[in-house]
Amino acid sequence: MALDLAKYRRRRLRSTITVSLCWAASGLGLTILAVILATLVFKGFAGLNLKVFTEMTPPPGSDGGLLNAIAGSLLMTFFGVLIGTPIGILAGTYLAEYGRYSKVSSVIRFINDILLSAPSIVTGLFVYEVLVRPMGHFSAIAGAAALAVLVIPTVVRTTENMLVLVPNQLREASSALGLPQSLVIRKIAYKAARAGMITGVLLAIARVSGETAPLLFTALNNQFWSTDVNAPMASLPVVIFQYALSPYEDWQRLAWTGALLITAAVLSLSIAARYLGTSRTPK
Amino acid sequence: MTDANSQAMAAAAARRKVLEGLKTTDNFFRLLTHSSAYLVLILLGAIFVSLVMGGSLAFQTFGLNFLTTEVWNPVTEQFGALAPIYGTIVTSAIAMIVAVPISIGIAVFLTELCPMPLRRPIGIAIELLAGVPSIIYGIWGLFFFAPMLQQYVQPELIAFFKPIPVLNGLFAGPPYGIGILTSALILAMMVLPFITAVCRDVFETVPPVLKEAAYGMGWTTREVVGNVVIPYTRVGIIGGVMLGLGRALGETMAVTFVIGNAHRISESILAPGTTISATIANEFTEAVGDIYTSSLIALGLILFFITFVVLALARFMLMRIEKKAGV
Repeated sequence: MALDLAKYRRRRLRSTITVSLCWAASGLGLTILAVILATLVFKGFAGLNLKVFTEMTPPPGSDGGLLNAIAGSLLMTFFGVLIGTPIGILAGTYLAEYGRYSKVSSVIRFINDILLSAPSIVTGLFVYEVLVRPMGHFSAIAGAAALAVLVIPTVVRTTENMLVLVPNQLREASSALGLPQSLVIRKIAYKAARAGMITGVLLAIARVSGETAPLLFTALNNQFWSTDVNAPMASLPVVIFQYALSPYEDWQRLAWTGALLITAAVLSLSIAARYLGTSRTPK
Repeated sequence: MTDANSQAMAAAAARRKVLEGLKTTDNFFRLLTHSSAYLVLILLGAIFVSLVMGGSLAFQTFGLNFLTTEVWNPVTEQFGALAPIYGTIVTSAIAMIVAVPISIGIAVFLTELCPMPLRRPIGIAIELLAGVPSIIYGIWGLFFFAPMLQQYVQPELIAFFKPIPVLNGLFAGPPYGIGILTSALILAMMVLPFITAVCRDVFETVPPVLKEAAYGMGWTTREVVGNVVIPYTRVGIIGGVMLGLGRALGETMAVTFVIGNAHRISESILAPGTTISATIANEFTEAVGDIYTSSLIALGLILFFITFVVLALARFMLMRIEKKAGV
């Protein structure tokens, strides 16, 4: 009996150790997030002033802001999402509505999931090969195209997931009223899955607005104000990359401020997406 | 009579026209979704073909030696991919060794231990970690994490492993701060939320009856997790790990900041090195000459191939566990 009790204590002890390690792991994860955010806020706020939003990126040693980089990021993200979203939604529609059980769909689903986590720098190389090299120069169009390639798989995935959740009775009822399939999809299924589909687009925006690698050799960078989509264009992540690795202190300060802006934008987008996704998704 | 007849015929014609219009839009919409879906396939094919074409010059010039030589000299136009490939694999491997146990720990915490009201907020916080753009990890790693390692951690490591044979080579040399180990640790932080999310999801597929039966027999939490939950979800966990590995292999910006960009293979993991993605990010816009550019694109092709295989295996395994769960 005494022997058994010793064994029991040992088992309890081992369990307690494991449980504490799990607590510690979670604490570590939360600490990392907190430290990253704290560093960002601490270093980023130091350089945050009105000039950041009203002046162009400066040459080293003089005053300036991030206006052209912010505008470039917004513009390229906008066009990337504008190109990628319809394609993604249509492809997701095919997977969920027309070809839900077909063999081709499972192949497409598989490929899409791989594209979803494929290295984004490869996307940059791809767009360089098919757009930048034939055109002969770097351009904002190429940057937007690279972002669109990243938007598509994200939107395909969420659109399909959301449409699959729409109850089949809705489709059957509207078909019974004589609606053709395309109208059933556009007027009924899309409406029921709208919140989830918007969430997907928001997540895609959040993902591409922080992307740097695909822009490095498609949109390149531009020190001046430019809205010419056929010319190189600055973007916030690329400016952060360039400025952070520079030896100039004022450039590094701007890089931190830019980093704070991007993180704030991306995190609030994903929180908004999550809120939207949980509050009105069809169950 | 004829009037009513012609009216009925007109109505029928109008009706037919509307129906035909509907039929056209119906077919058109169907075609549109169909071609968009195929576009996803074409996209992958196009990426592959463009990389093969772009990298063909390098493969023609250097042959298979490209994969096995360490030299990377833009001046003499001699290029070999061994150092970046080595860096990519070593950083990812160390990242996995660090991240996998922690991720599984967090997933166990979230599914078994965490008080109910805290589950969602902590889960969301971990997922936010996945949303932080990689360039942020880069700048944070360069200005905060690397100096911290250099000052407090690396000197201790070097001193600690000095008397131990074999391991003293791994932890040799001056503490640079930046280098293979720093990159690997940053990568570990980045893939942690991905692996955690997958593990948590697959842990939730374990039927409660199994766990309740085990607890009912008087098993401790550790025994339930170790003998019921993990064996039941093994395939899914491996899938999640592979998914994280795919991310780590291709991660660019965070690594570019802290790897040090040295085209050589060092025994010490504290030394600077390079990875495939960091090499491309750093050198592509400055590459002069066709052969230099082509070598970088060939590197991209190698990276794409490796990640493709890893991610395909991951998806395959996750699909197997989904079938098992009957989702």
